[in-house]
Amino acid sequence: MNFSEVFKQSNQLCKVSPDGKYLATCVQYRLVVRDVSTLQILQLYTCLDQISHMDWSSDSLFILCAMYKRGLVQVWSLEQPDWHCKIDEGSIGLLSSRWSPDGRHILNTTEFHLRVTVWSLCTKAVSYIKYPKACQKGIDFSRDGSYMALAERRDCKDYVSVFVCDDWHLLRHFETETQDLAGVEWSPNGCVLAVWDSCLEYKVLLYSLDGRLLSTYSAYVWSLGVKSVTWSPSSQFLAIGSYDEKVRILNHITWKKITQFEHPANINNAKAVVYKEVERRPAVGSDDLSLHNITIGTSLFNTQSKYEICPPPVQIPVIKPDPDRANPKIGVSALAFSSDSRYLATKNDNMSSVVWVWDMQTMSLEAVLEQTSAVRCFQWDPRRPRLALCTGNTKLYLWSPAGCVSVQVPTEGGFQVQSLNWHCSGDTLILLGKEQLCLCYMDTDQEDK
Amino acid sequence: MPESSLEDICSSSVECRTSPLRRFSQSSLQLHKNPYSLSTFCTEHNVQECLSHISQEVSSLGLPPVWAESGSSSSEMDVVAVLNCMYDLIQLHRRGLRTLENMEVEQLKASSNVDYLQLTSTRLKEQLEVSKRENTGLLERERQLQLKVKSLQNCLKNEKDEVQKLQNIIASRASQYNHEMKRKEREFNKLKERLNQLLVDRKEKKQAIDVLNNIGRADGRRSLWKTEKTEAKHEGEMYKTLLSDYDTRQRELLLENAELKKVLQQMKKDIVSILSSKKPMLKDDKHQDGCTQADLEEDEEFIDSSKETVELYCVHAREKLTNSIRLQWRRLKSHVERLDSQASLAQMGESKNADAVSRETHEEEMDRLKLEIQQCKDFIQTQQQLLQQQLSAPCDEETASLLSNCYMLQEKERLGEEWKTLEEQRKIFERERRNFTEAAIRLSHERKAFEEDRATWLKHQFLNLSPFADSKKPQMSKSKSAFLISDAKACAVSAPERLVKCPSDTISPTPRRAPLTTPLTSDLYRTLCLIPENSSTKPKRKTEHGASIEESSVVFNGNLPAQLKEWDDDSSHKLTREKKSSI
Repeated sequence: MNFSEVFKQSNQLCKVSPDGKYLATCVQYRLVVRDVSTLQILQLYTCLDQISHMDWSSDSLFILCAMYKRGLVQVWSLEQPDWHCKIDEGSIGLLSSRWSPDGRHILNTTEFHLRVTVWSLCTKAVSYIKYPKACQKGIDFSRDGSYMALAERRDCKDYVSVFVCDDWHLLRHFETETQDLAGVEWSPNGCVLAVWDSCLEYKVLLYSLDGRLLSTYSAYVWSLGVKSVTWSPSSQFLAIGSYDEKVRILNHITWKKITQFEHPANINNAKAVVYKEVERRPAVGSDDLSLHNITIGTSLFNTQSKYEICPPPVQIPVIKPDPDRANPKIGVSALAFSSDSRYLATKNDNMSSVVWVWDMQTMSLEAVLEQTSAVRCFQWDPRRPRLALCTGNTKLYLWSPAGCVSVQVPTEGGFQVQSLNWHCSGDTLILLGKEQLCLCYMDTDQEDK
Repeated sequence: MPESSLEDICSSSVECRTSPLRRFSQSSLQLHKNPYSLSTFCTEHNVQECLSHISQEVSSLGLPPVWAESGSSSSEMDVVAVLNCMYDLIQLHRRGLRTLENMEVEQLKASSNVDYLQLTSTRLKEQLEVSKRENTGLLERERQLQLKVKSLQNCLKNEKDEVQKLQNIIASRASQYNHEMKRKEREFNKLKERLNQLLVDRKEKKQAIDVLNNIGRADGRRSLWKTEKTEAKHEGEMYKTLLSDYDTRQRELLLENAELKKVLQQMKKDIVSILSSKKPMLKDDKHQDGCTQADLEEDEEFIDSSKETVELYCVHAREKLTNSIRLQWRRLKSHVERLDSQASLAQMGESKNADAVSRETHEEEMDRLKLEIQQCKDFIQTQQQLLQQQLSAPCDEETASLLSNCYMLQEKERLGEEWKTLEEQRKIFERERRNFTEAAIRLSHERKAFEEDRATWLKHQFLNLSPFADSKKPQMSKSKSAFLISDAKACAVSAPERLVKCPSDTISPTPRRAPLTTPLTSDLYRTLCLIPENSSTKPKRKTEHGASIEESSVVFNGNLPAQLKEWDDDSSHKLTREKKSSI
């Protein structure tokens, strides 16, 4: 495992192009594009203001930089550095900006969700979609980029519109049986749309591409409901995390619950491996410590914390949420399937320092990672069943079925990993600090050490 | 204690009751005493009067008169009489004293009794007081508890009311909230509309796009006009993706189905093989024997048919397959359960093992016990008869009784033996009958199978001009069924043999023995002039038994072959021939 030197970035805006060749980072109002392999600067663009959002087009040819405060979007071409495009939303304001899957259209959501403006870079044409709903996830593109589902609100009723992304033709428009729609998500094969209600009501609806209601699922009533929804990459499972600290798995044939994963504070499961991060305070003396600090760059695997395997039963620290406050910190907020759909990683908000890994073949708990501090972010390797997570400290943690490892990021000045992103090849990890970023190269031949 | 005191009281009262006469006499004596001690009773002047008085008194006491008035010497006293009188008086006095003493003792006793009773009564009163106090205490507590219950009930009711109220409040608030939400949303939407309008109308800061030069589409094509055609194309594409998805899904399901079917087939085969290997073991179990044999044949039939059905995907056949699997699985399960129970019993030890034997041994035991009871009853009956005999023929001669005893014993023994043989025969007959019915069932099954086979074979003949692969299966089943028929035949043949053998063994001794023994006893009786009433009936009854046995055997022989004939009219001629010969 190797680490690159540290680069500057701001707003944690740092993205690898979809083809995996380039790395774009934003530093204040500048956009820097580097070659991933050499890390040499290829292009440098200057925007009109501090960049608040940046994204690659699907063909890795264009980069959009949005400046929400100014209501501006600037698009840069990698092939033609002098080509430029500026979209001004004017006084109507800009809330969010994104590429269409074809990389030739930009969808801007205006302030107050007044409308979605679709700008074409090919024809300069502009079209509007009215009544977009302000919700958790109101827009979703199917994985192959041919369809877009948009949540709408008209006359106090929820609707879903399905557009063909090719020419923004409205394919289907139907009312959903929701009180207050919170999100839409396509299945990876693009044939089923999952729609879920706001947390006040536990309700998940499954619509076919042609607008037929396939199934409705509700686990319980009255108490707070769905918190997160994720499809497995195989489209075989739909995982629903909810405020009752459980994950329910629906199957794709009957759309009934197969199983539910509970997140107990006391783990008695003898089959699951509980890894507990233990911080090792080197009590050898300050001299040794300073020496250690000096040589830290060379001794990469000399970490200050390590994992210990705890025999069950294991008690997990639980934070009791304040019942009087809205959006209580309880329930499963993050769900992620591994790329081969074999594992599911979850995080329960009132056990913020713990990541749970479930085996989808045996439908059982595989591993529990108990960290010393709250988990900020976790992401699966896009190629292998390997989970990377960070907790906002100077370490990077990796889990794979073979075991668990914590790695000190060997940079000076206390690089604290706030977020991380896998390179699409699975060989490189981009670690994002508050103002910096750093690349971590995996040893492809001897990983999981 | 109280009982004894009561007795005392009783006894004393009894004494009191007997004593009044004595007491009276005493009192009279005392009356006499007192004037004597006070003043002189008799003076020289009033001798006569005294005499008369005393004589009166004495006579009143029931003593012989001291002085006889009628006589010559009227004034003289009869000394002897006086002395006697005196003596009597003294005796009376003594007795009186004694009774007085007794009375005193009794009174003492009574007073002590009274004391004791008083004591007990006070104690009881105290107890009563205490219990009364306790009672009041308990009553008080009960009252308090009842009060508490009432208050709690009130509380509960209040709480329920509260809950109801709160629920109502929540419901009303929720509806109000929803209403408000909708109102707000409408307002919000209106505002949005307005804002949109205003922003669109505003000229100075419009939306704009500024592109250096237009770029081509990612796919290199030119954008198309929106027409009906494109719409149709989109629809078509959508359905195409959906179809392909369903296609892949169906393919997956088919694969999975095939896999599962394979597993099912394998499992079925395994189960059948296990069950068939277990057959001999199962056969021992009487209660299962009947059904399993027939089922196995059915299953074998199913295997043959299921092979075809899996290939044909016939719904009905698939159902059959699953049903047969289910059946076999159930059987296997029961078998395993039985094995489990047996194993657990074996672990528990021999003593328990003996207790918890299976049902058939239980039944056997029951039969045996019933038989024993019957025997015992017979024994008792004979004994009673013997007793009656003895009573009715009161010949005191020892020889006679001895003889009769001997005779009775003999009779009894013979009867017992007869009974046993009869029972054995009955059992054998039962078994035979069961075997026959089984054979009949099997034969009918065979016949059906054969018919089916023939039908399928004929069908195949008809359908296929060159029946290479298909003709094999029916042949196989045919051969199997043929084998089974021969098996059944063997069974059927062996049965009549036993049937014939048994009567010859068991029935023959009785008539043989009867002529041997009956004359002997009758002769004996005749010679001894001891012909009891029952002696004549006994042999008669025995012969009746013999007759009935013969009858039953005849009936049996008459009935069964008729049935058999019905069964094997068309299946095998050999069978009937053999049976006839055996009969």
